[in-house]
Amino acid sequence: MLSTRVFSRGLLRSARPRSTAFFTPRRMITTESIPASSADSILAAQRLIRPVSPHLTIYQPQLTWYLSMTTRITGVALSGTFYLYAIGYVLVSPFGVDMSVANVSKKWGELNGAVKAAVKVPLGACFSFHFWNGVRHLVWDTGRELTVRGVYRTGYGVLGLTALSTLGLLVI
Amino acid sequence: MASLRQPTIRLLASSTIRRASPTVINSTRCLATLAEGEIKKKEPLIKKFSIYRWSPDEPTKKPQMQEYTLDLNETGPMVLDALIKIKNEMDPTLTFRRSCREGICGSCAMNIEGTNTLACLSRINRDASSTTRIYPLPHMYVVKDLVPDLTNFYKQYKSIKPYLQSKEPAPNGKEFLQSKEDRKKLDGLYECILCACCSTSCPSYWWNQEEYLGPAVLMQAYRWLADSRDQMSGQRRDMLDNSMSLYRCHTIMNCARTCPKGLNPGLAIAKIKMLMVKGA
Repeated sequence: MLSTRVFSRGLLRSARPRSTAFFTPRRMITTESIPASSADSILAAQRLIRPVSPHLTIYQPQLTWYLSMTTRITGVALSGTFYLYAIGYVLVSPFGVDMSVANVSKKWGELNGAVKAAVKVPLGACFSFHFWNGVRHLVWDTGRELTVRGVYRTGYGVLGLTALSTLGLLVI
Repeated sequence: MASLRQPTIRLLASSTIRRASPTVINSTRCLATLAEGEIKKKEPLIKKFSIYRWSPDEPTKKPQMQEYTLDLNETGPMVLDALIKIKNEMDPTLTFRRSCREGICGSCAMNIEGTNTLACLSRINRDASSTTRIYPLPHMYVVKDLVPDLTNFYKQYKSIKPYLQSKEPAPNGKEFLQSKEDRKKLDGLYECILCACCSTSCPSYWWNQEEYLGPAVLMQAYRWLADSRDQMSGQRRDMLDNSMSLYRCHTIMNCARTCPKGLNPGLAIAKIKMLMVKGA
């Protein structure tokens, strides 16, 4: 063993070039020197092209943010209806169309049940949900039910109450 | 046994002793296991992983999902194990952050199967029929693949001055003491590892992250407001007293739902809101 080791070492030594200048190893890749001062501009250039990672479309549907989103949408729908009626009142009245509450409710009474229900169900559901979730927010504002379990318990509670009060509003 | 030993002895006597002896041991071991019965080999459990890819080297190429298939019986139990296996054995260009692999550093925060969590704490769903989809943290600028740019998040954290501020030196000249009850108020707050899972799960933070501080940073803001030793709570409250920093929280509660450490940033924010009203 000893002899082979010595032999291989001798081999290595003879293989190594005596003059390093002739055999100077060359890298096949080229590098570019970048001053530290240009770091900011490189970063700024890269930041301009960075995409925003996907969000709404990939996030798991959960009761938490779906109910929050529904509150926003029902709120917009309710206030939108209110604004539509108010603006309609102003725009149409000068042309002799009677938009007074008495006349509108009289006309409403003449509609058949199916049409009434088709308007009442979505409107009642929007109002009920927005109302009960508003109550839920008031409970939260006192610091209560702000655990994951509390959020789910009150969330399902709101959905149940919404169904009940929508039915109630439909009967009226 | 004698017949088995015979060649061993003969080999021992030979000059190639060091190379030969392990071979002999191995072959005898194989004989023993074979005699006990067939070696059980698990059926491969092939699972697909679909991973968000985008590289700054090809900026014009749109981000896309790339599929990888792994045998779960050859992979560790956690999603991070799968990612490391893919990077080591299939695609070294796949980029993600990781460090401690035990849920204490917060580096491997990402969106796995729709929820933000730490890849190292998230078990691989062993249902081979479904594909595990992995995205970077939602609504963040992507540096590369699963690496989001957290610069703004860290700047926001810095802005709340996350350290003890005192006007006077400690009463005993050495340190600020705290009662056990006061210390208990910090439980559930100080454990935060700032992985940004909660902030990037918050739709309010998605739309307003330039101005709204987000659940993670606000929970730390409360951690210093709740600290009995801190003497700057007035300034801390004044800093939050505007329409954006704090009040963009609409109690959506995705934060508490997603926190991989089981903390509740939503509750901490509600407590700040109550502090702002009480003023004390």
